Amino acid sequence: MTPNWTVSRLTWRAPVLAAGLCVLATLAAMAQDGSTGRPSALATLITWVPFILKGFGLNLVMSVLAMALATVSGVILGFMQISPVTLIRLPAKLVTNLFRNSPWLVILFAIMFLVPFQITLPGGDKVMVPDWLKATFGFSLPVMANVSEILRGAVASIPSGQWESAESLAFTRGQTLRHIILPQCIRRMLPPWMNWYALLTLMTPMAAILGVNEALGNTQAAMEAAGSRPEFLIPFYLFLMTIFFVVIYPISICTRRLEKRFATGS
Amino acid sequence: MMSPTGNWTVEQPIVALHGVHKSFGSLEVLKGIDIDVMKGEVVCIIGPSGSGKSTLIRTINGLTPVSKGSVKVEGIEVHDAKLDKLALRRKVGIVFQQYNLFPHRTVLQNVMMAPLLVLRENRTEVEERARALLAKVKLKDKENAYPAELSGGQQQRVAIARSLCMRPDVMLFDEVTAALDPETVKEVLVTIRDLAMDGMTCMLVTHEMGFAREISDRVYFTDAGRIVESGPPSQIFETPQDPRTQEFLSKVL
Ligand SMILES: Nc1ncnc2c1ncn2[C@@H]1O[C@H](COP(=O)(O)OP(=O)(O)OP(=O)(O)O)[C@@H](O)[C@H]1O
Ligand SMILES: [Mg+2]
Repeated sequence: MTPNWTVSRLTWRAPVLAAGLCVLATLAAMAQDGSTGRPSALATLITWVPFILKGFGLNLVMSVLAMALATVSGVILGFMQISPVTLIRLPAKLVTNLFRNSPWLVILFAIMFLVPFQITLPGGDKVMVPDWLKATFGFSLPVMANVSEILRGAVASIPSGQWESAESLAFTRGQTLRHIILPQCIRRMLPPWMNWYALLTLMTPMAAILGVNEALGNTQAAMEAAGSRPEFLIPFYLFLMTIFFVVIYPISICTRRLEKRFATGS
Repeated sequence: MMSPTGNWTVEQPIVALHGVHKSFGSLEVLKGIDIDVMKGEVVCIIGPSGSGKSTLIRTINGLTPVSKGSVKVEGIEVHDAKLDKLALRRKVGIVFQQYNLFPHRTVLQNVMMAPLLVLRENRTEVEERARALLAKVKLKDKENAYPAELSGGQQQRVAIARSLCMRPDVMLFDEVTAALDPETVKEVLVTIRDLAMDGMTCMLVTHEMGFAREISDRVYFTDAGRIVESGPPSQIFETPQDPRTQEFLSKVL
């Protein structure tokens, strides 16, 4: 039951699993390499790797941007949810529950068609809103709602005695939140927050449906450009899964480690 | 603002409750409480569980609003809607059964936080005062520890020091030893006794009958939201008049 044992096991497991997947992708590519006239599936994949990785870069940019947006707006929304003022609290609860309980794809489509493809700046200049930016905005909404809920839940989980003793020491509500409640919330919020980042990153390929040139879109485009041979499917998709895995798996290890530490720490 | 202490003088009660009623929904918990406490007095409130002792003590610093009646601290009505509650709470310190220390801050920081943030006092002065208070509650060597590293009795003494650092005029204690091991109860009681000796006005809810008898100037026995009997400890503990007091004491003594 020592946490150290589990942690070290998880640590070596990650790179080994990742390497294993890569080897598997290579083997699959070679096994299907029957005919001689055409470049093998593996060689084709290698040619297209930079193109797919470029798309993957966009997935990462979208996920980081969407997470930043979701965190800022989600924290604001979460604070509104715990406001003593009904007029602030109720709309915040409505927005939170709406976006928490809607399918991501529906939100994504709605944003795609609701946000105009070009907007007029105050100066009169027109700027194009690229599809990937719209998708980023669409991804940020459900995560925002969940961050809002994480904040509300964390604040609610602080024992009422903390509020009472701060109140008795003449702290204002704002001072209590800032100096007593939130510092205790942050450690509780970090693991679920990281979890949502991982989930968000895994959802970004949905943008391919909307024509964004991210990793999935580029992978499909690459296979098509190379002649759409059926033996491409396994190596290309395995490669795609591997690059996501390499980024996401360490995050989930970290999340689990933090959860464990906080569970035993206090 | 509370600041103009009005025309209150030390000859008048520092805490005065008159006809205090409190209901939670349809449950009437306080049914007309009258208590006067003079500056420097030590008053104990005893009574069976659920009789409303915590509710009573929490009305004095405005944590629980009253339904009817008046609570005055230094002549100022606590439940006046226009009252600056924060100003009141600077005069009245309270210590709870569950200590409620801030777990993310060290002992010294716990003690210093309110004077720094609320009173906006000078850091070096506050630090000096906090250290002196920690020495007084015999926790000088624990100032850099976190609450989780302390025993219950030590945490409770930090909670007392934390309240005192706001320099209150009245201290309220709500069953502060009820959650403690028998061995650590004494160290907390000694702290409170020293405080009372120094002339602090104290109101205690307690189940420690021996301590109540030793320390108080007056004892109030409450039952079902009413004060059944009050008087000097010798009278309450030796010659209780009301049958309910007699029955309660026969169970706990
Ligand atoms: N916030 C609240 N909402 C509803 N009922 C409450 C609330 N606080 C207290 N009560 C009720 O009021 C009654 C008196 O409670 P109180 O805590 O004042 O009793 P007590 O004398 O301090 O008891 P104990 O010795 O067990 O601490 C109880 O029946 C309790 O359930
Ligand atoms: Mg109580």
